[in-house]
Amino acid sequence: MPDLLEFKNLRIEATSYPPGEPPRDVVLVDGVSVSVAKGKVLGLIGESGAGKSTIGLSAMSFGRGGVRLTGGEILLNGRNIRGMDAAGLRALRGREVTYVAQSAAAAFNPAKRLMEQVIETTLHHGIMGRAEAEARAVSLFAKLGLPNPESFGRRYPHQVSGGQLQRAMTAMALCPKPDLVIFDEPTTALDVTTQIDVLAAIKEAIRDTGVAALYITHDLAVVAQVSDDILVLRHGKMVEYGSVADIITAPKQAYTQALVSVRSIDHQEKPEAPAVLSVQNITARYAGTNFDVLKNVTVDLPAGQTLAVVGESGSGKSTLARVITGLLPAAQGRIRFAGRELSADLAGRTKDDLRELQMIYQMADVAMNPRQTVGTIIGRPLEFYFGLKGEAKRKRVQDLLDQIEMGKGFMDRYPAELSGGQKQRVCIARALAAKPKLIICDEVTSALDPLVADGILKLLLDLQAREGVAYLFITHDLATVRAIADKIAVMYRGQVVRYGGKTDVLTPPYDDYTDLLLSSAPEMRIGWLEEVLAHRKMESAGN
Amino acid sequence: MHPILKLVVQRIALGLVLLLAVSLLIFAGTEALPGDVAQSILGQSATPEALANLREALGLNEPALTRYFKWLGGILTGDFGVALTNGQDIGQAIGQRLGNTLFLASAAAMISVPLAILLGLVAARYNGRWPDKLISGVTLSTISLPEFVAAYFVIYLLTQVIPIFQPVAMVFPGMGFWEKLQAVALPVIVLVLVVLAHMMRMTRAAVLNVMQSAYIETAELKGLGPMTVIWRHALPNAIAPIISVVVLNLAYLVVGVVVVEVVFSYNALGQYLVDHVAKRDLPVVQAVGLIFAAVYIGLNILADVISILANPRLRHPK
Amino acid sequence: MRRIPLSALFGLVMTGAFLFCAVFAQWIAPYPLDAVTGKVWEAPSAEFWLGTDTIGRDILSRMIYGGQITIFVALASSLLSFGMGAFFGFLAAVRGGWIDQVLSRVVDVLMAIPSLIVALVVLSVLPISLPVLIIVMGVLDATRVFRLSRAVAMDITVMDYVEAAKLRGEKQSWIIFREILPNALSPLVAEFGLRFIFAVLFISTLSFLGLGIQPPLADWGGMVKENKDGLIYGKAAALMPALAIAVLAISVNLVADWVLSRTTSLKGGRGA
Repeated sequence: MPDLLEFKNLRIEATSYPPGEPPRDVVLVDGVSVSVAKGKVLGLIGESGAGKSTIGLSAMSFGRGGVRLTGGEILLNGRNIRGMDAAGLRALRGREVTYVAQSAAAAFNPAKRLMEQVIETTLHHGIMGRAEAEARAVSLFAKLGLPNPESFGRRYPHQVSGGQLQRAMTAMALCPKPDLVIFDEPTTALDVTTQIDVLAAIKEAIRDTGVAALYITHDLAVVAQVSDDILVLRHGKMVEYGSVADIITAPKQAYTQALVSVRSIDHQEKPEAPAVLSVQNITARYAGTNFDVLKNVTVDLPAGQTLAVVGESGSGKSTLARVITGLLPAAQGRIRFAGRELSADLAGRTKDDLRELQMIYQMADVAMNPRQTVGTIIGRPLEFYFGLKGEAKRKRVQDLLDQIEMGKGFMDRYPAELSGGQKQRVCIARALAAKPKLIICDEVTSALDPLVADGILKLLLDLQAREGVAYLFITHDLATVRAIADKIAVMYRGQVVRYGGKTDVLTPPYDDYTDLLLSSAPEMRIGWLEEVLAHRKMESAGN
Repeated sequence: MHPILKLVVQRIALGLVLLLAVSLLIFAGTEALPGDVAQSILGQSATPEALANLREALGLNEPALTRYFKWLGGILTGDFGVALTNGQDIGQAIGQRLGNTLFLASAAAMISVPLAILLGLVAARYNGRWPDKLISGVTLSTISLPEFVAAYFVIYLLTQVIPIFQPVAMVFPGMGFWEKLQAVALPVIVLVLVVLAHMMRMTRAAVLNVMQSAYIETAELKGLGPMTVIWRHALPNAIAPIISVVVLNLAYLVVGVVVVEVVFSYNALGQYLVDHVAKRDLPVVQAVGLIFAAVYIGLNILADVISILANPRLRHPK
Repeated sequence: MRRIPLSALFGLVMTGAFLFCAVFAQWIAPYPLDAVTGKVWEAPSAEFWLGTDTIGRDILSRMIYGGQITIFVALASSLLSFGMGAFFGFLAAVRGGWIDQVLSRVVDVLMAIPSLIVALVVLSVLPISLPVLIIVMGVLDATRVFRLSRAVAMDITVMDYVEAAKLRGEKQSWIIFREILPNALSPLVAEFGLRFIFAVLFISTLSFLGLGIQPPLADWGGMVKENKDGLIYGKAAALMPALAIAVLAISVNLVADWVLSRTTSLKGGRGA
């Protein structure tokens, strides 16, 4: 029996329009051959730019925004659908293959009720009558763990949460009983504790309906939970293809090995030391609201060490950074820094206060003025705090560039000319230039691909060993916490629910929320998902 | 109260406050500026006694605030006062001319609105291809023309090069509807031309904006045909921006109408206003200016209310 | 150096030519402004390239002088509107609070009615002179520049690099001139082009209505008014200045479009 879907030597191109240059064709995907059997799940994995979403959509012979399928064959149910006419494609899209997007919030039409949209494909292709389709949708809602499945479809997209929309989109994809569903990073935009529930729901739905799937993600640990086979992609080319067990336990290619061993930095907790930063009973709220975003937060950060503040979106961890920097003066509480009391308000702080407390942002893109060169960006703190000028400044900037392992030739470049990892390194150099005692790192690795993020974390640890700078490291990612922290504060709804040395915090017994958070971080082994779901104490925060 | 009703009421209230502020501005603009009304009416050679008499007659010796409230009170009760230049009742003069202006403007709106929406949809449907480029190119050049320039090009073309129209638009009280329509054909063409370009370009942008949404891709991936996608998924979301584009552009008509009436010596409100600006007849300028402002603000309120009503997030709160 | 598209090149050349004629009008114009040198409404000839006007003056000469006035008034008022609008717009964005509230509400009221109507109301009282026209047009148009520069500056002030500068302890002047302004420049330059066109159209319309530039000075809008009656007899004299307005407006539009598209392509390139 032929496979359900088979790519033979697939080639995909697009036209790129670089500013100021003539347009040119770029190859997005080249030489990809892989197949999916009925009822099987193939995971497509790779970093950004690997071409995984492009390949996924090509299974419906769809090219997003000028993307062209230029070579090879796409065999679906035995016939080549590449170059098929529009009518033929319309007949197969939504009937044989359906699609689940990364952002269900954008993929649902805001003006229509969920039920209308979920059963639209089914009715359009004449697969069932309305009553039967609605009944199927309700049973899918129930299977996917949506609240009140009977009435859920009467809501509008903006009336339900992100995790629920993602499940509704899965129901929409499964309703017409397709042969194949393409899941395009369906859990990436969700909080970690919500992700695990949606992941479990998707896995169960795939198993129960016997549908085949292409599961696209950048997270190997996630794909290991739902797939039978995995295809590793890089720059549009196949790197390695094999069963889940082979890929995660015995990867053959160096790139796959790197992906598997990512985030396994081993960092030993440092011994107790006097605090450089001491946050005492901080309570804060935003102007014009009557809700405390931070409630009675108390944490200490020893000099030259790292305090990881971990929590989900809305936990108040970024607000804590704003309070410490003085951007949002606290309503109550005190902050002691380097042995002195810090004014709550930015305006009341001395130049030394500002110099010794630096900040690095999540989006390096917008943290640097696009009209300034790297030399100006790093040089400005040198000039501003130490009065360095001319050759002395230039020499120091080059020192700093060497420290962040970027070397010569970057001084006169603009941020737009740097890669994502390089941008973040320049931001680190700018912070270092001030010779700070403490750097606040706000999700500095979450916008980066895993391997690049690993490089940044190693650099930060190196710099800490050499310069003795302390980090307040804000993140939602537990693997990052393990890699870098000496102390950990777990935040939930504006409060610190657990605080202490890394070993203590990560050793049971846990409080309920820490248990939920720790157990939700995907681990790279088969069967992890089932294990976790079997003994969780608390429902996910998103529900 | 339903939240949407609250928003609508708020918007209308805000509009009324704005109108009040504008009336104050118009009044202050003509009363508090350094020009002396009596002087400008009587000219430099006027005797001091004559000036004093006129000031007395106009009530100029009362405090400005008192005069403002008298003026506003008068207008609210339908009393616009009398023209300085000929002592005519302003309300009566406006009454006749307002009808002519509305006739001209609504004829232009009847033609330009459907045409602009149609062309905008066509341009959006063929985005980047020749029908789009042609429509966008032509409208770009008409956008660059002031109304009177467009008017004279049209006049020259349609009365001299291809002589099918009369260059003057005269409307008399006794004329029949079709006669009237024939008489205003040329000014209507000009107004359509002027408004069409803006309206069409904004319609195109509104539709393209919706067509780029992720849910349109979702609909395509469901296997729906292009017309179904537009009809079922794009239109419900595009209708609000399109309507507000249309209404906003009707507000442009307010300006266009003033100039076009002068070009064609069309006896209506705009012509009346411009005449009396030159004659420095303040009560007339104030009254007509306020009417134009009220229409303009009213249309803007309407546009906002429609987009509030069409927003599903507001209609179906959490 | 990037290639300049043909349309922008056309716009640049034509705009340049208009500016050149305006600056050197006294030397270029074949006849003085008010000299009656021919018969009424003569057709274009070797002597009068564009023909003569309603009382027999050379149209080409009057158009060159008229361009000088039109462009001067438009430039002066757009500089005024731009300076005022950008200054207050940035001020409102950076300072926020009550300054922003007061400025924004005043602008709301001014923009609640079409500029032409406000101008007519004001001109019914003030003496019609060049300074008055420039100031009235400049102030009315400053409202649009205010809205744009406030919005642009608001977009930039929420960027992390501005926050980084604040955290570094930079003064407000550094933040405005070194962090915000360089990033706001391109959209503002394009906007200046649009404001200039608007001023050209505005002053032409006022003159056409008889409420702008007053004789003996001539500008394009006024020239259309002087010669409009000729159209009925098939004399195209009124179309010449009308054409000049249209060509200038389109040329500047093309340049502004190009400046704007350069900005957006720069933004697009940043994410790569």
